Amino acid sequence: MKRHERKPKDTEQPLTNPINREEPADEEQLEAISSWRDTFRRLRKNRFAVAGLIIIIFFLILGLVAPLLTSYSFQEQNLANRLQPPSGEHWMGTDDLGRDIFTRIAYGARVSLQVGFFAVTGALVFGTLLGIIAGYFGRWVDMIISRVFDILLAFPSILLAIAIVAILGASLQNALIAIAIINIPIFGRIVRSRVISLREEEYIMAARAQGMKNGRIIFRHILPNSITPIIVQSTLGFGTAILEAAALGFLGLGAQPPTPEWGQMLASSREFIQLAPWTLLMPGLSIMLVVLGFNLIGDGLRDILDPKMRN
Amino acid sequence: MQNPILKVEGLKKYYDIKGGPLGIKVGEVKAVDDVSFSVMEGEILGIVGESGCGKSTTGKSILRLVEPTEGKVVFNDKDITNLNNNEMRKLRRDMQIIFQDPYASLNPRHTVEKIIGEPLLVHGMKSAKERIERIRELLEVVGLSPYHAKRYPHQFSGGQRQRIGIARALANNPKLVICDEPVSALDVSIQSQILNLMEKLKDEFNLTYIFIAHDLSVVKHISDRIGVMYLGRMVELTNKDSLYDNPKHPYTQALLSAVPLPDPDLRRDRIILKGDVPSPANPPSGCAFHTRCPYASDICKEVRPEFKSVEDNHFVACHLYG
Repeated sequence: MKRHERKPKDTEQPLTNPINREEPADEEQLEAISSWRDTFRRLRKNRFAVAGLIIIIFFLILGLVAPLLTSYSFQEQNLANRLQPPSGEHWMGTDDLGRDIFTRIAYGARVSLQVGFFAVTGALVFGTLLGIIAGYFGRWVDMIISRVFDILLAFPSILLAIAIVAILGASLQNALIAIAIINIPIFGRIVRSRVISLREEEYIMAARAQGMKNGRIIFRHILPNSITPIIVQSTLGFGTAILEAAALGFLGLGAQPPTPEWGQMLASSREFIQLAPWTLLMPGLSIMLVVLGFNLIGDGLRDILDPKMRN
Repeated sequence: MQNPILKVEGLKKYYDIKGGPLGIKVGEVKAVDDVSFSVMEGEILGIVGESGCGKSTTGKSILRLVEPTEGKVVFNDKDITNLNNNEMRKLRRDMQIIFQDPYASLNPRHTVEKIIGEPLLVHGMKSAKERIERIRELLEVVGLSPYHAKRYPHQFSGGQRQRIGIARALANNPKLVICDEPVSALDVSIQSQILNLMEKLKDEFNLTYIFIAHDLSVVKHISDRIGVMYLGRMVELTNKDSLYDNPKHPYTQALLSAVPLPDPDLRRDRIILKGDVPSPANPPSGCAFHTRCPYASDICKEVRPEFKSVEDNHFVACHLYG
């Protein structure tokens, strides 16, 4: 019980040099700093994630420099050259209207990545907002928002997308809106559960005790601490959105011809599967690769950003 | 004589227990059950009790971090129980809290500068230059260095983190600070440093503390008056000396007899309580302590003892002193 006999005079001693008296933060804790650089360093060690990243970068570049890679136009028809097999002149052959498939794949990468980006952004913004409101305010607000999420999730997502496109009219833009809407509850639920667990954290209570307003607590304290699952879901959602856009395109509800959208390309060459399999193989392979790429990165990020997986 | 800075009257906090698929209320946990006391300006009021007895909930209810179910909290002659959010936010400048766990109470993504600067910002110190000046000052006051400002909480030890928590609480010159077991998560060697720091700061800034703890020796060291809680109720409240020299409530007596003596040759009769603390969801009738009390009589089972003064400034809730 020595410490209770200590007179206030002694307090000056530890106070002037408190740092040396207390044990420094140990190495393990310093290691756990989650900075972007640190995340990237660990991402590089994950081979699958690196493979995914390479695939995505490949398609990104392909889309960006498409006009430089080919002298053909993605919509100019050349009926004399229909259904040519891959050759030096047409790397991936031509389709039923004599268009160069490689050119259409490259321009299609633009479409798909754009669809993925905007659909995910839309779903992310609205899903996160609704999730935060539901999780933070709870009670009847949570009740209403969560039930709406449940309703949206109860439908098979593609069915819901078809219904939304049917209402809005078939176009790439409306397909994009539909995909964003069906992905809102996925983000919303992740954010909601994260907010509910964070709300009980002592530093959130501390923020309230300091006299901060709800807006500040949400945007300065809760949101930055729930960013990790949002990033992971965005990456995975990218792949899903592209797949859904392709499905809608295939059904004739998304991009309309002559837009070089991969799903729509698949649909229009469906009947030539035996005669000219490359017309289906190429867009099909592209969809698969891009979706695979995003899933690999997403899985990798989930492992990396999960504090329990660190060692 | 000093004025009471804080008066708590009949404070209750019940948590509903919901059951069944419809979430119908099937009972309630009486975390804090009718607690009243007042705190004088400039004093340190200790609150002790076993874990789960409602001492932290009491502290948080006073600040309305947990909404009290019933009762009144009067701070500086102003009833704060019905203030709206905005008025309450302004008042938080004067009433602060230091949390138990220095690992959980600091936002891991904020630098120390941001952690200490944020309360300044939200209470109207808009100039970044002024804030930085004040942050430096606060860091020095709590025994850290200005160069720590740019670091993150995980780069500090537990004791240093608690100093950051103290600096944050003091940022806006509060009058009352509720210390919710501020040292129980710390190493014993660090505990005394933090306690001494808190005593020094109290004198320097004219603070009033409500010091919640379960360590009897810590409370004895720091408090002027001490309240003992059992199962959501306050059973005894008096000056430090009369509590330790002349405990009246049988629970306090048992609690104090459990404090180890520093001398191994000294023997003392320990009062060993039988059984466990009853569940606060279903507290015993009458006096909550009657199930374990060695002196319990019939009246204890039926009538809840009043919390009243039996001697000068010595409040006890027990039928033995009726």
